[in-house]
Amino acid sequence: MSRIVGRAVPHESALEHVTGAALYTDDLGVRLTNLLHAWPVQAPHAHALVTRLETTAALEVAGVVRVLTAADVPGENDTGPGKRDEPLFPSEIMFHGMWVAWVLADSEEAARLGAARVVVEYEVLPVVVTLKDAIAQKSFHTEAGGISRGDADSALETATRRLSGEFFIGGQEHFYLETNAALAYLDESGQLFLQSSTQHPTETQEIVARVCDLDKHAVTVQCLRMGGGFGGKETQANVWACVAGLGALLTKRPVRVRLNRTLDMTFTGKRHPFLGKFEVAFDASGKLEGLRLELFSDGGWSLDLSDPVLWRAMFHSDNAYLIPHFQVIGTVCKTHKTSQTAYRGFGGPQGMLMIEEIISRVAQTLNLEPDAVRERNFYVDGDETHYGQRVGGAERIGRIWDELKVSSSYASRRDEIRSFNSSHAHAKRGLAITPVKFGISFTATFYNQAGALVLIYKDGSVLVNHGGTEMGQGLHTKILQIAAQTLGVPLTTVRLAPTRTDKIPNTSATAASSGTDLNGAAVRNACETLKARLSHVAAQRFGTAAADVVFENGVIYPLGAPEKAVDWKSVVMNAYVQRVQLFSDGFYRTPNIHWDKAKGKGDAFYYFAYGAAVSEVEINTFTGEYQTRRVDILHDVGDSLSPLIDRGQIEGGFYQGMGWLTLEELVWNADGRLVTNGASTYKLPSLHELPETFNVNFLTRAGQDGVIYGSKAVGEPPFMLAISVREALKDAIHSLGRQVVSLASPATPEAVYWALEAQRETVAPLELETV
Amino acid sequence: MNALELTINGSRVDASGIDPNTTLLNFVRSKGLTGSKEGCAEGECGACAVALLRPDADGGCRYEAVNACLCLVAGLAGAEVLTVEGIGSSESPHPAQMALMQGGSQCGYCTPGFAVSLFCEYHRTDRTGPINLEALCGNLCRCTGYRPIAEGALSLGLPQASAFTARLEQPAPPVPALEYAHDGRRLTRPSSLADLFAALTADPDAKLVAGGTDVLCEINIRHARYQHLVSLDGIPELQRLLWTDDALEIGAGVSISTLEAALGNRIPLLAELFPLYASRLIRNRATLGGNLGTASPVGDSSPVLLALGASVRLESVRGERTVPLQEFFTGFRKTALEVGEIVTAIVIPTTTATHQRFFKIAKRGRDDISTVSVAIALEVSGGVIRNAKFGLGGVAATPARAFNTEAFLVGKPLELGVMRDAGRILESEFTPLSDHRGSAAYRSAMLGQTLERFIAGLEVSA
Repeated sequence: MSRIVGRAVPHESALEHVTGAALYTDDLGVRLTNLLHAWPVQAPHAHALVTRLETTAALEVAGVVRVLTAADVPGENDTGPGKRDEPLFPSEIMFHGMWVAWVLADSEEAARLGAARVVVEYEVLPVVVTLKDAIAQKSFHTEAGGISRGDADSALETATRRLSGEFFIGGQEHFYLETNAALAYLDESGQLFLQSSTQHPTETQEIVARVCDLDKHAVTVQCLRMGGGFGGKETQANVWACVAGLGALLTKRPVRVRLNRTLDMTFTGKRHPFLGKFEVAFDASGKLEGLRLELFSDGGWSLDLSDPVLWRAMFHSDNAYLIPHFQVIGTVCKTHKTSQTAYRGFGGPQGMLMIEEIISRVAQTLNLEPDAVRERNFYVDGDETHYGQRVGGAERIGRIWDELKVSSSYASRRDEIRSFNSSHAHAKRGLAITPVKFGISFTATFYNQAGALVLIYKDGSVLVNHGGTEMGQGLHTKILQIAAQTLGVPLTTVRLAPTRTDKIPNTSATAASSGTDLNGAAVRNACETLKARLSHVAAQRFGTAAADVVFENGVIYPLGAPEKAVDWKSVVMNAYVQRVQLFSDGFYRTPNIHWDKAKGKGDAFYYFAYGAAVSEVEINTFTGEYQTRRVDILHDVGDSLSPLIDRGQIEGGFYQGMGWLTLEELVWNADGRLVTNGASTYKLPSLHELPETFNVNFLTRAGQDGVIYGSKAVGEPPFMLAISVREALKDAIHSLGRQVVSLASPATPEAVYWALEAQRETVAPLELETV
Repeated sequence: MNALELTINGSRVDASGIDPNTTLLNFVRSKGLTGSKEGCAEGECGACAVALLRPDADGGCRYEAVNACLCLVAGLAGAEVLTVEGIGSSESPHPAQMALMQGGSQCGYCTPGFAVSLFCEYHRTDRTGPINLEALCGNLCRCTGYRPIAEGALSLGLPQASAFTARLEQPAPPVPALEYAHDGRRLTRPSSLADLFAALTADPDAKLVAGGTDVLCEINIRHARYQHLVSLDGIPELQRLLWTDDALEIGAGVSISTLEAALGNRIPLLAELFPLYASRLIRNRATLGGNLGTASPVGDSSPVLLALGASVRLESVRGERTVPLQEFFTGFRKTALEVGEIVTAIVIPTTTATHQRFFKIAKRGRDDISTVSVAIALEVSGGVIRNAKFGLGGVAATPARAFNTEAFLVGKPLELGVMRDAGRILESEFTPLSDHRGSAAYRSAMLGQTLERFIAGLEVSA
């Protein structure tokens, strides 16, 4: 039987992508007449009260139609996704460049000119910019909370070896190529219709309805596709949709909001910077005995998703290691910066980087090979995490590790690198292997549900609706494969409808790597219902039992008698004539998960995804510049639903992680202004950074019971494989001396240079930057 | 006088009625050609890449990929443009498009730009081997990690005969004189230096646009709107490349790509510079005249030209003069240019340097602005340094020579100890600032180590 799931098919929109035919939210604006364009009035302070707002001069600009301010809001002037701490039109400016009002005009040019004419006066207030300042001033969004197992204090007291330290982790700009955009109009039925580049259409609908004082049934949000999301459009697409929606409601004209890159980087939240303070106890072999870890995340001006992000960091600060006595506590700090938000890994990367940093410092303290120390601390079958969940599939950690070490020739390359380094004074190579264990499920349990609506038309064609959004991750491709596989029809028989809130209500964000697990299962469920109905119809025709009807590649036949095959379409028509319902909903909720935040205990995740990576780098010791020479990855995707898509997620996630840890540096000045607010100042990896050798393999014998077709979520876990690049840089730096390497994150060439200098013992280690 | 037409995807398109400050990207999108995307509006991401037909050395033409966000529609009057929609469709995709379909696209937003860059490289007339991936280094992708893009590109062979190859046999469209005005704003495209000076005499405040890679950022990012733009694209005198017995004269309007192709390895310092100079998308438009004219302290070409002892020829209606490059830069983004005067050529004397190196230190190895750059040209004979010239970027308000260090080195042997001492002098000769690209301490340290690095003759992959 030719399976459709597991087949390496290109992205369902690949042809439209390469020809420019694929449409994104802002491409739809030119197709509308009478369109209004919105442009923000921005505050030149990071913290200030608005004392005067005078908009009349803007209205004198030809083409300006209206200036939106707080007075125009019929509903609630707040877009906060959870806590109501995000005024749509603020009276208190909370970060540099924040919008104050929005100008609507016949052209973007006129809106921009109008915005420049709006008069705003401010009372400037003191700013909190850095994490250190926030901690010193106790500027917090949340009270400290955390997870504890055993008795970390006593373990630290009685330990033979102890190490303490601090580690600052820089943030990251999403830099989805498509900046935020929304388009709103009152449609022919009178409802408010929005096109939005959002990962969470339901929440966008909800907040637009809240601001506009409408019932949700009077607001529909559609997301055709996004030009990248990475978490950055999970909550932070809502503000622009509200501006567009409110504008359309008030002017009765279509309204377009599109942030250019500068606005997008100035306005939207990023990956949270973190500061960790740790004290770790271990024995002479590097086995961890106890750890006390305190995390501070930089949440920026509003709470947004910072609390669950922090918790995921705490859930993942064990990574793949058993830490018998472990206390982790965390606090979200409040600063006058963008409101930091979801970003691929959702705190997991920061938590995992923290423990990987600790382990490598332990290894270097003991002058042991870091890979040996890592291995010594791995979870094995039967172990539990610090929050009391059994580590399901723990044997895969060791299996991946061993297989990857062999396939990457890890041992012989260590020797080669040692000899290269001893014969090259000005170039140093480093090699490192690091593991990944990542929990799959929303930690907000109620989010783990999804719906689908599958329609079969009389001609046999199938239209699938589900609640997930496509941002490039290949969700729609996998859904098509799942639907075609389940119904036994060719891929071309199935079409996916754009994601809309009037098809599937109350959806969860497409986030937490869960898009396929949840929506795929719901689609499968709907397809199984339909197949069961059609089985009865076909069974009558064949004179067999319904259980013995086979659906395959567009034909239907009795089990064991493929020569009696009839066309799928004809059975569909039979069903129609017999008045059998040819559409069905489907629903899925993840079983067996529960999490008690108050106790810090529970099975927070349905399962874990595993992987490991080996990276090799070469550093120019004169400048600190470096190149990643080779990467080998072995990753656990379960039984791959779509190998081309899965490989793309692994490679792309890894590369994005590499950017976070190497080139990508966010710099705020003392006034709280983001000075790296464009592509010329904020550098993502380009094709030039591509390693010469980049081997990616899937773990074999990896089917995951209880997940759609034995697959595993793949969106986020590979991001953290990139920690191997940072560890390889540290390995190269360490070859120059015997000190514990002190390397800032991101490890820019300058940061590497200072770490080299510290290693050469010519200067004292630099204080790690904590902006 | 206000007719404005260009050919887009084979069709004549009337663009009259647009503001002269309008970018090609905004224009094609307004015409429904939404395949070209705006990812950054400053020429860094390549999502808006389109192909221009430009003259080839042999009378035919070539496809040049450029960032549409950095092109003025009016400046391109008469040009032939292909957008992603013009190179292939869903019914009939181009091989360069099909090459990106095996994992080369995820979200698809950067993909049209990659397709256009790859299309131009695919049809590069002097290409006899595989695709040069450098052609794609000005396109950013956030999803794929590039591996499938690179593999797809490398899977392409040489082009089969097609309408696209046939077009290259024909001449490029001419660049006639143009005077375009709309709503009080103008764009002038003179076709001779004399006409240019006449225009500048009439309007000394007119804004000159060569490649546009700087002016268009002002328009896009800082919302500059110019009353009168003067495009230098149609002036043959600025496009000349002339070898004399003792110098090379480079017309200020020659694109970096053209220069790169014409010079090959004849001037090693320039050959070392070109691959590090922005990206192919930028090099197809950027000019030396423009790069020097902005007087940016971190401009890529200045250090190299300083070390080569270059001069600039300045001309105006009043006549011409030649100024040594180090005297051309008079302050932060200030030059010796007087009102109505422009750079017409860069004169590089035949060098006697025996040892040349260019070091560009930046966060990213390609398509990045330098943190520090150092160009070194030494003339060494009998083991003794007879002449030394240093060009530096990123360490002062202007690109700079290192006269103290140069003076120290002359007459000294070329050896490690001397170089270490010289490094200390070089480090003390400048007081760089800290910014988001690097700290003052790092910049100083880079100066201090650069001569040791030079003598180590190190070739690392970084």
